[in-house]
Amino acid sequence: MTAEAKIRFEDVVKRFDLRDGEHTALGGLSFEIGAGEFFVIVGPSGCGKTTLLRIAAGLDRPTSGRVTIGHSPGSRPENAMIFQGESIFPWMTVRENASYGLRMRGAPEREIADVVGHYLDRTGLRRFADAYPHQLSGGMKQRVSIARAFACDPEVLLMDEPFSALDEQNRTILQEELLRIWDETKKTVLFITHSVDEAVTLGDRIMIMSTAEGRPKAFIDVPFSRPRSVLDLRTTPEYGRLFHDIWSQLRDEIRFGVSESVA
Amino acid sequence: MSLEIATPPAAADVRRSARRRTRDTTHERLLSMASPLALFALWEILARAHVIDTRFFPAPSSIAGTFGTMIANGTLFLNTFATLERLAIGIVVGGVPALFLGLAMGLYRPVYAIVDPLISATYPIPKSAILPLILLVFGLGEASKIAMVAIGMFYPVVINTAAGVRQIDRIYFDVGRNFGARGWQVFRTIAFPGALPVIMTGVKLGVGLALILIAIAEMVGAQSGLGFLIWNAWQILQVNVMYVGLISIAIIGFLLTVLLNEIERLLIPSRTLR
Repeated sequence: MTAEAKIRFEDVVKRFDLRDGEHTALGGLSFEIGAGEFFVIVGPSGCGKTTLLRIAAGLDRPTSGRVTIGHSPGSRPENAMIFQGESIFPWMTVRENASYGLRMRGAPEREIADVVGHYLDRTGLRRFADAYPHQLSGGMKQRVSIARAFACDPEVLLMDEPFSALDEQNRTILQEELLRIWDETKKTVLFITHSVDEAVTLGDRIMIMSTAEGRPKAFIDVPFSRPRSVLDLRTTPEYGRLFHDIWSQLRDEIRFGVSESVA
Repeated sequence: MSLEIATPPAAADVRRSARRRTRDTTHERLLSMASPLALFALWEILARAHVIDTRFFPAPSSIAGTFGTMIANGTLFLNTFATLERLAIGIVVGGVPALFLGLAMGLYRPVYAIVDPLISATYPIPKSAILPLILLVFGLGEASKIAMVAIGMFYPVVINTAAGVRQIDRIYFDVGRNFGARGWQVFRTIAFPGALPVIMTGVKLGVGLALILIAIAEMVGAQSGLGFLIWNAWQILQVNVMYVGLISIAIIGFLLTVLLNEIERLLIPSRTLR
């Protein structure tokens, strides 16, 4: 892995008070993500991965521990998130949505027009710039979300299962597009998914989350070179081996989760 | 090969369905205009045939005559203007604070907890029933009329604005925070536009209520306005003048509805394009 750490999780604990006691979502998580790394966390639903991401985004506070994000010179925002499900504002046009981060930072109009224009082109949204979200398909809406996050040029990008609501074909296409745009910027990415497929396709490094203690269970390096072609990748034997490897580790987690909820 | 993910509907299809929609609405508009005209015609015939008592229901043609006279001598304009002025001032005086209070209530739970009981407790009081109290506090002058309009406007706007903000999906506020929106920016870019459709419903309700209340307020202790005109006509038994007043108020109500629908269309383009 890269020498310089961009995101550092230090003993991050998150507990929720529930009616019947306390639930530990994250039980003392420590790991580092290198600068320019595409880091994927994979785990079954309920393993605390979304909680982890929200803490990294500053939307939730950890019970204890901390997350630090390295700053490069300049006044770039710390992070931008691509949310799961529909998160673009229905009352704004595609262009206004994509400009949102820059506008909130008070960027000059010229810069907004240039940068947003670039990402509208990269995501194939140019034709839809003046459309409203309800006129768009699910895949197009998620492209707006991607353009919005990239346009504000954050230190790190956080992605919370951004493609989970899409159908198989659209998901594959958007994964490919995301990789293409990411290849241009090489931003540090923390990507969350429950799909093993997606983790192996996109990531440089994968962390498997343990449901039991809300801790990392294993870290796996993905050996594929970049730029990657999503389809070619999936036909290699190495892909199958990785997929199998991660799946068998996850299966134990899910089994544990089931026995836990039965007991 | 490139895959086409979302294609806009073919232009010809859009045009065709738009044309059909226009034809349908034109047709409906004609029907909507025909029914009141038919009613007037029937009224005219019945009045001329003396089937109905023309002391209470003068023929539309004779009312139209009075209408013309009152336009010519300026009394109609004077009274209509007085009513419109009170409406305009009262709508702003009641609506603007209601909008900001409603936004604050929707965004901040403590504000909601403090203000909501006061609103819930006073809302059910019929607004017309507090006219004597308003006269006592604000006197017989302009202030009491404006206060009545403002009260009529205030409740629906504050209630709808608060409800409108509270129904905005949490995720949009998370997005706002994530992209650095603070304080006023959250108001302007999320709370207000997100609640706007519901707010507009409140504004329409409020304006309707304001129109009712201004008529009542002007009947008591006013020397001008359409309410005064109607009440005065009843006292001196000028039935034609009374009808002119009633029709004028109805026209104002109708024009306000048209105006508000137009404002709504301009303010909420995302909804109109649906």
